[in-house]
Amino acid sequence: MYLGKVIGRVVATVKNDGLKGKKLLLVRRLPNGPAVVAIDAVGAGAGETVYVCRGREAAFAFKPQEVPTEATIVAIVDHIERPS
Amino acid sequence: MLLGRIIGTVVATKKDPRLEGKKLLICRPIDPDGKDEKGYIIAVDTVHAGFRERVLIVQGSSARMASGCKDTPVDAAIVGIVDEVSLD
Repeated sequence: MYLGKVIGRVVATVKNDGLKGKKLLLVRRLPNGPAVVAIDAVGAGAGETVYVCRGREAAFAFKPQEVPTEATIVAIVDHIERPS
Repeated sequence: MLLGRIIGTVVATKKDPRLEGKKLLICRPIDPDGKDEKGYIIAVDTVHAGFRERVLIVQGSSARMASGCKDTPVDAAIVGIVDEVSLD
């Protein structure tokens, strides 16, 4: 899993049945990673720092439904503590 | 998942029987602004996408969860046709 920032959204009318009703957001991996499209499972919005689950496990957020995703936003980050 | 643009088709007569009837498309990854990135991906089409269309590609074992790809030897599938990408 990694941290990302929501930088935009993607609209697709024609999509696989498993993706029907799912919100697609563009997320940039922090600090300067590539932008990927992730499905939103928690109601994240523009500019928020989020927690993205990758790979096969990304689909587990929607169990028992089978959703073809390899990136899912599973949490909205409130703050990060880094004790020095 | 990645954004991509369809740049070609692959024709294969002899293939795994579970791939029969599936359309194989060549996709170029693109950034959110639509600019081409490096490399290419061969993906199975599940949404009847066409040449030059912007699409959504799912990679890895999750691609098998796309409807029509269950238990097939697939590691990349086209799961959506992109209408619009809006940046905040």
